[in-house]
Amino acid sequence: MASNKRVAIRNHSAEANLFARRTFIAFVGILVLLLILFSNIYDLEINSYEKYQTRSNSNRIKLLPVAPNRGIIYDRNGVLLADNKPVYSLEIIAEQTTDLKKHIAEISELLDISEEKQQKLFKALKSKRRFKPIELHSRLSAQQVALFSVNQHRFPGFFIDARLKRYYPFGDLTTHSLGYVARINRKDSIRLDEQNLAEDYAATRNIGKLGLERYYEKLLHGTIGHQEVEINNQGRVIRTLDYTPPISGQNLTLSIDIELQMIAKRALAGKRGAVVAMDPRSGEILAMYSNPSYDGNLFVHGISSRNYRKLLNPKNNRPLLNRSVQGYPPASTVKPLLALTGLEENVITQTSRFYDPGWFQLKGLEHKYRDWWAPGHGWVDLNKAIEHSCNVYFYNLAYKLGIDSITDMMEKFGFGDYTGVDILEDSRAILPGRETKRNRYNKPWYTGDTISIGIGQGYWTVTPLQLAQAISILANKGEIKIPHFLRSTAELVSENIQEERSNTDEIIKTGSDVNIVTKMITKMTEYDDKPPIILKDNKHWNLVLDAMHNTAQRAYPAFRGTHYDAAGKSGTAQLISKKQDEKYDAESTKEKQRNNAMFVAFAPYENPEIVVSVVVENVLEGGGGTNAGPVARQVMDQYFGDRNIISTDKNKHPQHTNVYGIDKKIGPN
Amino acid sequence: MRNIGHDQQKLRSFWQRIHIDVPLLLGIIALMILGLFVVYSAGGQEMAIVYRQITRLGIALLVMFTIAQIPPLAYQKWAVPVFVLGLLLLVAVLLIGHVGKGAQRWLDVGFMKFQPSEIMKLIVPIMIAWYVSQFDLPAKTSKIIMAFILVLIPTLLIAKQPDLGTSLLIASSGIFVIFLAGASWKLISVCAGLVSAFIPVLWFFLMKPYQKQRVTTFLNPEQDPLGSGYQIIQSKIAIGSGGFDGKGWLQGTQSQLEFLPERHTDFIFAVFSEEFGFVGVSVLLSVYLMIVMRGLWIAVHADHAFTKLLAGSITLTFFVYVFVNIGMVSGLLPVVGVPLPLISYGGTSMVTLLAGFGILMAVSTHKRFIA
Repeated sequence: MASNKRVAIRNHSAEANLFARRTFIAFVGILVLLLILFSNIYDLEINSYEKYQTRSNSNRIKLLPVAPNRGIIYDRNGVLLADNKPVYSLEIIAEQTTDLKKHIAEISELLDISEEKQQKLFKALKSKRRFKPIELHSRLSAQQVALFSVNQHRFPGFFIDARLKRYYPFGDLTTHSLGYVARINRKDSIRLDEQNLAEDYAATRNIGKLGLERYYEKLLHGTIGHQEVEINNQGRVIRTLDYTPPISGQNLTLSIDIELQMIAKRALAGKRGAVVAMDPRSGEILAMYSNPSYDGNLFVHGISSRNYRKLLNPKNNRPLLNRSVQGYPPASTVKPLLALTGLEENVITQTSRFYDPGWFQLKGLEHKYRDWWAPGHGWVDLNKAIEHSCNVYFYNLAYKLGIDSITDMMEKFGFGDYTGVDILEDSRAILPGRETKRNRYNKPWYTGDTISIGIGQGYWTVTPLQLAQAISILANKGEIKIPHFLRSTAELVSENIQEERSNTDEIIKTGSDVNIVTKMITKMTEYDDKPPIILKDNKHWNLVLDAMHNTAQRAYPAFRGTHYDAAGKSGTAQLISKKQDEKYDAESTKEKQRNNAMFVAFAPYENPEIVVSVVVENVLEGGGGTNAGPVARQVMDQYFGDRNIISTDKNKHPQHTNVYGIDKKIGPN
Repeated sequence: MRNIGHDQQKLRSFWQRIHIDVPLLLGIIALMILGLFVVYSAGGQEMAIVYRQITRLGIALLVMFTIAQIPPLAYQKWAVPVFVLGLLLLVAVLLIGHVGKGAQRWLDVGFMKFQPSEIMKLIVPIMIAWYVSQFDLPAKTSKIIMAFILVLIPTLLIAKQPDLGTSLLIASSGIFVIFLAGASWKLISVCAGLVSAFIPVLWFFLMKPYQKQRVTTFLNPEQDPLGSGYQIIQSKIAIGSGGFDGKGWLQGTQSQLEFLPERHTDFIFAVFSEEFGFVGVSVLLSVYLMIVMRGLWIAVHADHAFTKLLAGSITLTFFVYVFVNIGMVSGLLPVVGVPLPLISYGGTSMVTLLAGFGILMAVSTHKRFIA
C-alpha cells in the first residue's frame, strides 16, 4: 500500500511518543473535568441534600385545608334550631368527560338547567384546569339528585358533590336571635386577618353575620383540619400522604324554648312588635321574637337582590329590624320603678296621697299635663296609682324627685346601657337625664321634661329586652342577672385513657395499651352577674311588687282566670304630642304615629320564674292592657302549661273589678 | 501475545475476527441497559418507550458492528469527497432545510428527515485526521491553521442553523485531532486567545435570543424561577434531593410528578441522580471513565497516525458529550442541546455515537499483523 510506504519513511516511534504524550495530557484533562463534575454532584447531593430535599418536598407536597363542621344549635329542650344540611351540586371534571358539549346539553334538558348556567360553565371551562371540578348547578333538588343518579353512567366526568350548609329549620321564627351565617366577604377576611384567624378559615366558606351565629362564631366554627397530598407539576392530586381531621365546632344549647317562641309569634301575628320572655332567676332568655321576621336561610346561600329589596321595602314593615332591641318610650310600664325611686328617696310613703283633678300644672305655667282619665282619679295613694296607672300621681312624684335621682335609679335598673346579652344587636336606648339630653340634643333639661318622664314619656326610650331585665331586677328584689341565650356548650373531646390492666399478655393481644375515648363534654355556661341593687329599706320592693300584683289581678281582663299568680303593668305610649286639650283619635292619626302598646308581667308572684315584656307598635284601639297584655298572657299560659301555681293568699285579690264602669276594652293603660 | 494461552488466543481471535473490542462493548452494553431502566422511569413508566429505545439501540449496534468491519484506513480515500458533500448538505439545510423548534436542522429527503450535522460529527474528525496525518508530526503551524479553517467551516454552518450543541461537539472533534497531532503550545494559547476574542462576536452577531437567554439563565437561574430558570432549578432540585443513595428506582418525585422537563432526553441525568443518588452517579461516571480509558488505549495502540488521531478524537469527543451534558444538567454549564450518551432517549445521536464506536473497534481490530 502506498500509504504504508510513506509511513515507513516517517519517524514512527517519535510520532507515537508525541501522540502518547498528548493523549496523556488529554487524559489528565479528562480526570480534572471529571473531578469537577464529581465534586459538583457531591456538593448537590451530599452537602446541599437537605436544602434540595426541602425544595423537592415543597414542590410536591401541598397542604389542603379541610373545613370543620359548624357546631349545631339546640333549644333548651334539645330541639334543633341550626343544623348542617348536605346540599348537592352538580360538578364536572372536563378531563374525564367524553363528549362534553353533547352531555351538557343532554343533562341540562334532563335536570332543567338554565341556558345561563351552561354559558357560565363554558366560560369557567376556559380558565380552569381540566382536572379541576367545575360547578354546573348548585343546590340540586332531591328529585334532580335522584334523576341524575339513575342516569350517571351516561355522563362520565359528571358527579354530585355534597357539602354541608347551615339550615335553620324554623326559618323566620329564630332569625332575630340566632342570626345567620353567610359567605365570608372582604370585610370579614380583613377582620380574620387582623385576628390571625385567616389560616383557620382557609377552607370555611360561611361565617356568622348576625345574632348568636355571629356572637359565638369562635365556639361554633371549630378547628381546621389538613390533608397533606402529593401533587404533580399541574397541581393534580396524586395521593394523600397524611390527614389531620378538623375538629368540629362546639354545639350550643340555648335557653330559648322553641314552643314558647312559637306562641310569641302566634300572639304577635298581624302586629308589629316584639316579645321578650326571660327567667329572672338566671337571666336566661326563654323567648325573643320580633314581628315581622324573615328567613335567615335566605342569606346562607346568598340572598338574591330581589329578595333583599323586598326585605328593605318599608311597605313590608322592615322585618330586618329586631324590635326586641329597639328603643321605645316605656310609658306607664316604668311607673312601678318610679314609685320605687320615690319610696327610696323618701319623697313618698306607702300612704302618701296626691289629688288628681284630671290634670297637673307646674306653678306659674299655663300648660296642663293631662291624666289619661279626664275626670281625674281624686285622691290617689301608691297602690291605687299603680293599679289605675294614675298619671297625675306620677307627675307629682317626678316633680318632687327631680330628674337627677330618677336618672340615677333608672341607670341602676340597666336603662341607657347595653344589657350584656349575647347578641351584638343590643342597643342602649335613651336614659332620661340632663347628660343624655345635652349630648343628644344639645339642650338643657327643663323641669317640664321631668314631668313627662314621670309617665315614661319624653326623653326616654327602653328596649323590650331592657324592660324585661329591669322588671327581672324588680321581681328579684334587686338581684341583677345578665340576660343571655347560651345555656351550655358541648364539645367532642378525644382522650387517651391509659389501660388500667397490667396483664402484659392481654396488652400484646390488643396490640395497644392506650384507648382513645371520644366523648361529648357538656359545660354549663357561667355568667358574671352585676352586684345587686340594695335599697335603704327592703320593704319598698314589696310595696311596689304588691301594687303590680294587684294591677295584674284586678285591672286587666287579659290576666283574668290564670291558674298562676301573675303581676304586671301596662303602658300606652303616645308618639305625637297633642296640643293643649286636643283629644287623641287613632282613626285620624297616621298609622305610624298611633300609640304603642306596652306590657310587662312576671309570674308566679311569690317566686318569679318568668318575666315577659311586650311591645306592639301603633295600635288602632285601646292601649297596652288590651293589645300587649294578651300577648304576655298567651306566652305565660304556654310557659306554665298545666302547672297549677295559685298564690295561697289569692282571696286577698278578687279577680278583675271594673272600677270605672267603662268599656272593658280600654281599662287603665 | 505469544505468551497468552492457546484457548485464550483462540477466543480473542474470534472477537477480533468479527472486529469487536470486548471491553468497549461491555461498557457500552452496561450503559445501554442502565439507560433503559432510567428511560422507563423517566418516560412515565411506559413499556412502549422502552421498546422504541431498544429498537434504536439495536439499529445503532448494527451500525456499529457494520462500521467495525470496514478497515479504518479506507476512510482516507473518501475523506475529501465526503467532507465536501457534507458541507454541501449543510448549506442545503440552511437554504431549504426543515424548520423545527426554531432551528433549521433537518433535510427532508422524501422518505425521511435527515440531519446532516449528525454525520458531520464523524466526517470532520476523519477529514482533519486525514489532512494532518499526511504530514510529519508534530504538524507545522501552516498545516494546523489550514486544519483550523477546515474545522471552522462546518462549525459555523451548523452554528448558523442554529445548533450550538452540535457545532460545539464538531469543533471540539476537529480541535482534538489538531491537539493530538502535536500543535505547539504557543499556537494553542494563541488560538485560545482568538476564541475568547470571538466570544463577543458570537454573542452579538451569531447567537439567537433563545441561546442568549440560556446563557443568562445559566448565570442566574433564580432570576426567573418559573420561566427560563425553571428547568435548571428543577434539575438541580432533582439531583440534590437524590442524596447519598437516591430515592430509589421509579421513586424520584421530581421526575415521576413531572416537575422536571425533558426528563427522558437531555435531562435524564437528573432523573438518574434523583433515583440512584451519589452512589449511582459514582458508578455511572466510573463506567464512562472506563470507556474513555479504553478508547484512549485503543488510540495509543493504533498502528497508524490517521487511526491514532481519529480514535483519540472520537474518544475525547465522547467525553465532551458526557461532560457538557452532566455539566449543564447540574448547573455548571449553560443549557445546550447535548444528550447524555448511551442513556438519553433518542435516535439520531445514538446512531452517530455508535458509528463512532464502530470506528474505534475497527481501529482496535484491523491491525496489519492480523490483516
